[in-house]
Amino acid sequence: MAKLVFLGRLADLAGAAEREVAPGTLEAILADLPVELAVALLDEKVRIARNGELLINPGSIMVAAGDEIAFLPPVSGG
Amino acid sequence: MLDVRLLAQPFNPGAFVGPFTNAHPGLGGVCTFVGEVRGGGGVEALELSHYEPLTLPGMQALAETASSRFGLMGMLMLHRVGKMYPGEPIVCVSAAAEHRRAAIDAVDFAMDHLKSDSWFWKRELRGGVWSWIEPRDQDHADLRRWG
Repeated sequence: MAKLVFLGRLADLAGAAEREVAPGTLEAILADLPVELAVALLDEKVRIARNGELLINPGSIMVAAGDEIAFLPPVSGG
Repeated sequence: MLDVRLLAQPFNPGAFVGPFTNAHPGLGGVCTFVGEVRGGGGVEALELSHYEPLTLPGMQALAETASSRFGLMGMLMLHRVGKMYPGEPIVCVSAAAEHRRAAIDAVDFAMDHLKSDSWFWKRELRGGVWSWIEPRDQDHADLRRWG
């Protein structure tokens, strides 16, 4: 399995801070999520990180077993 | 010396700034900024969340950048995460340098970047209801001062 991590308000929307998903393309994983959540995750202001590395072009990535994909909305400042 | 930490419990800034200062014999100046949870305005509590793989490495990189840009002898950077209450410190940044200007500017620089360019998400409790804090234009304007 792979893990999705939701930060900030995305955790509220997802109903949890994390979610286990089957490996596959990010596109396929998002297609299995509730529409409202998937739309929020695809907002252009949401950054995506795989295993702690920010992705420049996350659109077409393959998510492998054990991967952690984090969705990072705009920060609200320290 | 760079000392960068995320703290999950209330802290006393002086307990960190004292040893930090002592660790830099020969310094010409130390500048320290402490940010606290503002009282008033009906805020009952604040909660800061972070993302472990990015937040601390990002702060470490910021401290390194500030240190080399301003030629510091050292920088202390402490940031709270978790739930906190009015009057509690959220952040403490301290810079030690041979001359005052470098120390003052380095703290200003680090704070502007912590406020708008670090991996923290903040929500506040008012009237028993939590709401997320959105980024402020002012924070981004502050960041642009540094080019």
